Amino acid sequence: MTTLTATERTPPAAPSRPAYRVTGRRVLASEWEKLWSLRSTWITLGLGLLFLVAFGLIAAGRYQSTYGSPHLDHDFATSTAVSLSLFGTNFAQLALGVLGVLVTAGEYSTGMIRSSLAAVPRRLPVLWSKAAVFGLVALAVALVGVFVAFFFGSHIVSGTPAAIGFSHAGVVRSLLGAALYLGLVGVIGTALGSLLRSVAGGISVLVAALMLVPGLASLLPSSWRDDVTRFLPSNAGESMFALTHDSTSLSPGAGLLVFLGWTALALAGAAYRLLRSDV
Amino acid sequence: MIDARQLTKRYGEKTAVDSLDFTVRPGTVTGFLGPNGAGKSTTMRMIVGLDAPTGGSVTVNGRRYAQHRAPLQEVGALLEAKSVHPGRSAYRHLKALALTHGIPQRRVVEVIEIAGLGSVARKRAGAFSLGMGQRLGIAAALLGDPQTVMLDEPVNGLDPEGVLWIRNLLTSLAAEGRTVFVSSHLMSEVALVADHLIVVGRGRLLADTTVRDLVRAAGGDTVQVATQDPARLRDVLAGPGVDVTGRIGSEELQVTGLTAREIGLKAAEHGIALFELSSRQVSLERAFMDLTRDAVEYHGSTTGTEAAESLGRTA
Repeated sequence: MTTLTATERTPPAAPSRPAYRVTGRRVLASEWEKLWSLRSTWITLGLGLLFLVAFGLIAAGRYQSTYGSPHLDHDFATSTAVSLSLFGTNFAQLALGVLGVLVTAGEYSTGMIRSSLAAVPRRLPVLWSKAAVFGLVALAVALVGVFVAFFFGSHIVSGTPAAIGFSHAGVVRSLLGAALYLGLVGVIGTALGSLLRSVAGGISVLVAALMLVPGLASLLPSSWRDDVTRFLPSNAGESMFALTHDSTSLSPGAGLLVFLGWTALALAGAAYRLLRSDV
Repeated sequence: MIDARQLTKRYGEKTAVDSLDFTVRPGTVTGFLGPNGAGKSTTMRMIVGLDAPTGGSVTVNGRRYAQHRAPLQEVGALLEAKSVHPGRSAYRHLKALALTHGIPQRRVVEVIEIAGLGSVARKRAGAFSLGMGQRLGIAAALLGDPQTVMLDEPVNGLDPEGVLWIRNLLTSLAAEGRTVFVSSHLMSEVALVADHLIVVGRGRLLADTTVRDLVRAAGGDTVQVATQDPARLRDVLAGPGVDVTGRIGSEELQVTGLTAREIGLKAAEHGIALFELSSRQVSLERAFMDLTRDAVEYHGSTTGTEAAESLGRTA
């Protein structure tokens, strides 16, 4: 009896082993699982969505209550339903960008990266999958956010000078541009997190690139300031979703191309460091 | 099967691993010994491609780790205890790793049971004790049903029951024909499970040997004998490979190369009375200390305090 169980428990080692294999799709599935199995993902995505919708509606409500009166804020003077309902983009980009940094840099700060790269020692599939999975999730959240914000925002400001509807030229393009911008900010976040391998470092560079550098641009000599500033990530990104464009800004298409360029640059840096450095 | 050839890792001026040559064979437990900072963890990280060698190479089952189609099926590694995101549950951590290889869910459940994590699998890994974290790392190492299992200091933080569990696990894995490579800075721990030993110090190979040979090289097993007629006993015991020492005029002799049993039988055969007959086994710990101390002395640049420190850490 005992010998019988003993022989059953030690099967011949070589044959009948399952044929496992790492594939691109499987790495994507793994990154999808990793993303949704952390509470921080749900919280931060929720915040991003909340910022987009709530601040857009607050801006629309504030405009609606003060338009035509002498109390109208200067900032609101040239507002449209699009610009009002996209008011939350600035804050949502922080939430989505920071979560992007956490997706990659969080693996380094916790040591998870050793497990990840031991499973996928070719390494690059991990980076591409993280960027793709999180970029698409951020895009989806942003799409929901901007369309909901505009749907209700445009209702709030109907009957005011800012009122425009979905059918107005450029509105849908603007909203799609804003969502695409936020999705790409998420990708840049993942790239920066992977490049710097530090949550604090990644967030600092992200905030600097998107929010502080444009302020510094005013220190440049005015003769060539516009030539530089419109190619900055923040300005190029803004031209992706602005309804109107003047001579100092890029066209939406050009803005998208430039912003894609910045994204590719960040990803290339991340890929280089991932392949070259020990973990 | 792990095969290291002239494996070298330098960090700036410091050489962490220095031209290591060794082979870890299937079917046995191979102990990887050395004081802290000897380069054990660095070597293990190079085996699974987390660190790139500065020179030389290391292959697993004939190929570099990264060239395998299903790396987790070749080598299951427990590196540092913290290779886990603390916010993720044990189950979903393992599931995410399994997904990369198409390893089925039932295998995830299986390794959770093997590691004894069934009751905490849905809890956040950050809330785990050191021992639980170690068990989770071992569950991850076994996930791909790997040919080679490599564990870095697996008994760290485990309670006595856990230590026993690891010992049994290692020997049963080796009995199934797998390659088992386990590092430790505690000779006493490794000696209980390992047949083969690779000893390193300061990144250099100090010994590639078996437990028995190491003991023999360190002075072997000495038998203490006290007898009425030491001079005659010396003559009786004399032979090739046998060494008898003792102070002149003393009744006590130290014999190497013969077992206590053999000495007792020979003495009885010749009618020599014995008062004492006892084996004095050279402790493995001592043999290991001697080896690593030599390594410290060999690198003459060390100051006394540093040497004392590394010895202190060894102990």
